[in-house]
Amino acid sequence: MNTNAKSKTTDLIKEVLPCVSIVFTLLLQLMIPDSASHPQADAHYFTYVLWISLVVWALIFILSFFRQNVRKKLIYKGYFIAGAILFLNIVNLLTVKSALLPVLYFPSLDRIFGVLITDRQLILKCLLYSIRLLSVGFLSGAVIGIISGIAIGFSKTVSYWLMPVVRVLGPIPSTAWIPLVLVCFPSAVSASTFLIAVAVWFPTTIMTSSGISNVQNSYFEVSRTLGAGKLAQIFEVGVPAAMPHMFLGLFNGTCSSFITLVTAEMIGAKYGIGWYVNWQKELLAYANVYAGLIVIAVVFSILITLLFKVRDKVLLWQKGVIKW
Amino acid sequence: MVGELSIKGVTKRFRREGEEDVIALNGVNLNIKAGSFVSLIGPSGCGKSTLLRLIAGLSDADEGELQLDGKKIVGTSYERGLVFQNPTLFPWLNIQDNVAFGLKVRHIHRQNKSLVKEYIKLVGLEGFEKSYPHQLSGGMCQRASLARSLVGKPKVLLLDEPLGALDAFTRMNMQDELLRIWKEENMTMIMVTHDVDEAIYLSDKVIVMSPRPAKIEQVIDIEMGRPRARSNPDFLQYRSKILKILNFGGNVEDISYYI
Repeated sequence: MNTNAKSKTTDLIKEVLPCVSIVFTLLLQLMIPDSASHPQADAHYFTYVLWISLVVWALIFILSFFRQNVRKKLIYKGYFIAGAILFLNIVNLLTVKSALLPVLYFPSLDRIFGVLITDRQLILKCLLYSIRLLSVGFLSGAVIGIISGIAIGFSKTVSYWLMPVVRVLGPIPSTAWIPLVLVCFPSAVSASTFLIAVAVWFPTTIMTSSGISNVQNSYFEVSRTLGAGKLAQIFEVGVPAAMPHMFLGLFNGTCSSFITLVTAEMIGAKYGIGWYVNWQKELLAYANVYAGLIVIAVVFSILITLLFKVRDKVLLWQKGVIKW
Repeated sequence: MVGELSIKGVTKRFRREGEEDVIALNGVNLNIKAGSFVSLIGPSGCGKSTLLRLIAGLSDADEGELQLDGKKIVGTSYERGLVFQNPTLFPWLNIQDNVAFGLKVRHIHRQNKSLVKEYIKLVGLEGFEKSYPHQLSGGMCQRASLARSLVGKPKVLLLDEPLGALDAFTRMNMQDELLRIWKEENMTMIMVTHDVDEAIYLSDKVIVMSPRPAKIEQVIDIEMGRPRARSNPDFLQYRSKILKILNFGGNVEDISYYI
């Protein structure tokens, strides 16, 4: 067999592998009876998930014969998807099929997926609360961070007074402010918003100001000989040149805002995805905890991807400062 | 015609912590006629870039005065454009926006949109308006930065080794371009260079400077018609004259012959 034919066969294997992995998991799920020590789920939700993904991947597999770009993606992702499903398969075997892992802490996949469906209204409500809190906190932290970063970067006086404050206060994890914040703010919502804003503000300020001070001096000099005044030097040269750094700061800020969000919601929030996870943990409802974590993971990675999409648009001129 | 420069007794020192000041320019007197092409040449440390920065207004003289058309130079202005050795195009703007930058920050972009096009054409970058600097070659970037400085119609264009980073062929090409633009635009151009041939090929006047203390050694008028041939005997004579001032002439007289 020549190498070309050989690589074609491996490509085909990569394409089929996700479906094979799903079918294999489905067979084990249907054939092995559930362990008696696991509480019964009200339906076999994991089986439904497997059926749905089998249909989806089969459709993608068929589509890949007509669309070259779909085919390439499928070949590239083939091993990973198959591996991910194999992981779920193993988890399923270790939990509900054999009860090898502690039953209380490792509920069956049927029950975890079940929570996502039966408890969806509460989860959605919590998610909306969290997103509201996150967006208000993030936006105010980012805006103030960019403003203070620019001010520190351009003004020696501001830098003299503000930089030490930033250096001392910035590295304090924003959740450490909780005792103080609880006293200073009238409501849990405003307190949590403040904490998230602080978490975003610090990295944004640091990266923006360091980005501006790293701008080549010749850019400013050239702009001056072209007739740029002080304002034009700041907003037409300094800010766009520091943009890659700014996004780095915003990215770090986004990550710490997620951490802060989940923690901040533990201080007397009424709803929120962090509150949900915490509350369910106290009720020892671990299926709900895992469901909450899945929602957090999916939503946060969507938000990060969005941020990077914006960055790619804005930084068209510069390719990949950090890869995602 | 505008663009006459007069430099009177200009001295510039750089202060160093705990050491003696470095004299970057020592009592320089110089008159540059409007619309002429002048080269500043000399070894590193002779203050030619410092002089250029003083004319641009990027730094201030410690003694003496610089005047453009009889007005004292204070700070930077679009009247005195500057082109660096590295093109320093703004990497976040495409070529068109780079060229338009000066007009935009002076809020006269709207009524001068055709000007941007015109200058992009003048430097031969038509079709690259939407490209970003990193997509272009060094020579093309240097053309773009030339257009960016020219579009604001400066009275004086200062060129700090603008062709220094280019390969020999691109360089000779760009020298002709520069001459063509200079003739079309009728402006004063002052260029810092390390290259004696380049100085003679382009200039009306070559100003030879010497270091320690940095001062003007000699001003040489190049009395040749244009276009100049690099192999012309006059050209070669100017060349050996300048090299001699710079102490690169070689001791021709001292060669003794053994029989």
